[in-house]
Amino acid sequence: MMDYLWLVPLLPLLGSAVNGILGRRFPKRLVSIIACTSVGASFAVAAGAVAALAGMPDGERHVVIPLFTWIASGDFVARAEFLFDPLSAVMVLVVTGVGFLIHLYSIGYMHAEDGYYRFFSYLNLFMFSMLVLVLAGNFLLMFVGWEGVGLCSYLLIGYYFERRSAADAGKKAFIVNRIGDVGFILGILLIFATFHSLDFEGIFRRIASDPGQFPVEAGFGVLTAIGVLLFIGATGKSAQVPLYVWLPDAMEGPTPVSALIHAATMVTAGVYMVVRCAPIFSRSPIALEVVAVIGILTALMAATIGLVQRDIKRVLAYSTVSQLGYMFVAAGVGAYSAGIFHLVTHAFFKALLFLGAGSVIHAMGGEQDLMKMGGLRKFTPTTHATMLVAALAISGIFPFAGFFSKDEILWSAWANGHPAIWLAGLVTAGLTAFYMFRLIFLSFYGSGRFPEETRHHLHESPPSMTGPLVGLALLSTVGGFVGLPAWMNLGPNRFERFLAPSLEYAARGEHPEASHSLEFGFAAVSVLVALAGIYVAYRFYVAAPGIAPRLAQRMAGVYRLLLHKYYVDEAYDALIVHPVADGSRRILWTGVDVGIIDGAVNGAGRLVQGSASVLKHLQNGLARNYAAWIFAGAVVILFYIYMVRG
Amino acid sequence: MSILHCLILSALLFTIGTVGVIVKKNIIAIFLCIELMLNAVNLSFVAFSRYLNQVHGQIFVFFVMVVAAAEAAVGLAIAIALFRNRNTLSIDDADIMKW
Repeated sequence: MMDYLWLVPLLPLLGSAVNGILGRRFPKRLVSIIACTSVGASFAVAAGAVAALAGMPDGERHVVIPLFTWIASGDFVARAEFLFDPLSAVMVLVVTGVGFLIHLYSIGYMHAEDGYYRFFSYLNLFMFSMLVLVLAGNFLLMFVGWEGVGLCSYLLIGYYFERRSAADAGKKAFIVNRIGDVGFILGILLIFATFHSLDFEGIFRRIASDPGQFPVEAGFGVLTAIGVLLFIGATGKSAQVPLYVWLPDAMEGPTPVSALIHAATMVTAGVYMVVRCAPIFSRSPIALEVVAVIGILTALMAATIGLVQRDIKRVLAYSTVSQLGYMFVAAGVGAYSAGIFHLVTHAFFKALLFLGAGSVIHAMGGEQDLMKMGGLRKFTPTTHATMLVAALAISGIFPFAGFFSKDEILWSAWANGHPAIWLAGLVTAGLTAFYMFRLIFLSFYGSGRFPEETRHHLHESPPSMTGPLVGLALLSTVGGFVGLPAWMNLGPNRFERFLAPSLEYAARGEHPEASHSLEFGFAAVSVLVALAGIYVAYRFYVAAPGIAPRLAQRMAGVYRLLLHKYYVDEAYDALIVHPVADGSRRILWTGVDVGIIDGAVNGAGRLVQGSASVLKHLQNGLARNYAAWIFAGAVVILFYIYMVRG
Repeated sequence: MSILHCLILSALLFTIGTVGVIVKKNIIAIFLCIELMLNAVNLSFVAFSRYLNQVHGQIFVFFVMVVAAAEAAVGLAIAIALFRNRNTLSIDDADIMKW
């Protein structure tokens, strides 16, 4: 099956092309069949290839699949080639699997929208770009996918482009991502300057085989510079401090897009990239420290903002930012496989949460304000049950998927000597449980706070929507079992073992062997913290609904600070956006453009006009005059040739 | 008769022709002057051909004659057209192509 791996990205590309070019004339049913089959078939091929990979011995699990030579210039050769190893295998499965479920869901969710074919064409194009990103065998091809997913994200955030806020959100996402991309490009250039190559395999093998030239850097060396630059790219794509501001606004897009691109797959590209570059990061303690600190800062900050948001999708957006922070913490403390594990489980339960939120919004007729929901449990039982599973999973309650991955990250933070990060992560876990169950209680429990006419058309979503919900709920329940931790005495962590070949070039830090009972104790603590969060949410929003508003009133300053998201958007507006816009208008536009550039062009025009108004009198229509001028010219030229030049 | 004599004659004829083109107003007279200039050149071609003992100059003369014939045909046609439309042969009256 591995020989057919090129089909995995190609099929969605074909689907996108067919739907994009001809879809306008197709009936909706045909559009959705094309889009879903292409992704489904791609998933099937990917599953076959992964099965083949899993059957190979450990040492041989990097398969480089050359496709064609893309650029050949002197001794620099960039090939379009895929690197298929356990890391890309995991990513391909998640992207195509979750992507397929979300495609199915979109059939029901988008059925009444204009531009149905456009939506599916973009969605398939996104699948193509994302698969190129995760399968790429060198930095250049990865960058192609990286930019491709950014483009699709922009197109899909601005899907309702006739709404101004959606168009603005699309632009914001695009621009903020470009800022990160500058770092990424500089990182790639620095890699090329250092290694004269962009191939993952070649670079990583060289780093690992030459510890004299590339030691674990004590100070700020070239690997640290590369790592930090690459991580700047990751902060843009994966919405970390300080470039996270685009992700909450990206919720202007249709909900399946939020689920697929802005929760499950695209935003995890930064995590994937950092883990892919583990051989570089692992040799730079400074870069790792930066990753871990930014990660935990993002996790904590986004979680606190999520506590008070009223828009159901915004709560989930901040939750996504926060969970991405966890993944970077994992990478930053050297637990790369834990980061990828959390990426996978997060893809399941966060996609489920978004799709569930979409189902709720669908039932409510477009209402997204949590304060206007309540008691939906009776009307949408399937949505309620599946979202409850997802909320338990993200809160880290045993035995749901999030428990295993989150616990492994927190444990790694402690075991690798970052107690402060562990503590902040634990607090974040409690906050996560609180805001997630706040969302559940506000929407599904209590009494309905919606007008009477909304009550009449409250309904459960069609099977094409609830089907994917159930599928993802199953994955969120059992998905964690692929990586059972060692303390359960069921053998070593199988997920970590599977990924190990991808990380063989990473430098090993020393892992102090800790007792299993201590690890179990830590797991118990984090579950207790999560349960406490859930209990507080229950007290606040079900048992005694008066507490929350009173608390908000007593701590009005803090509440306002959180509600306005720490005024980060306002600060960016005042510090960056307005100076740039004003500078552009006053200096670049009226000064440089109108004054200098237009001035030069108009000046050239005026010069020609002025000289012509004098010289035009030479053309007086008298042929004898012209003859005399020709004669005079010939005389001058001959004089010059024979007398002056001699 | 040395080449110098031929070249002096050629230069004289060419100068007469040039001055004629510039000072004459009658379009027919201008034609004649142009022919004079062409033939002055032909004369020096032939002289050099003889002097250098090469045939190239004489071949050029044939080309010049052919071009002169074609030019005369077109030029006379223009003269007739001018006379029919404007009832004049003075080149100074044909001056509407100007700024």
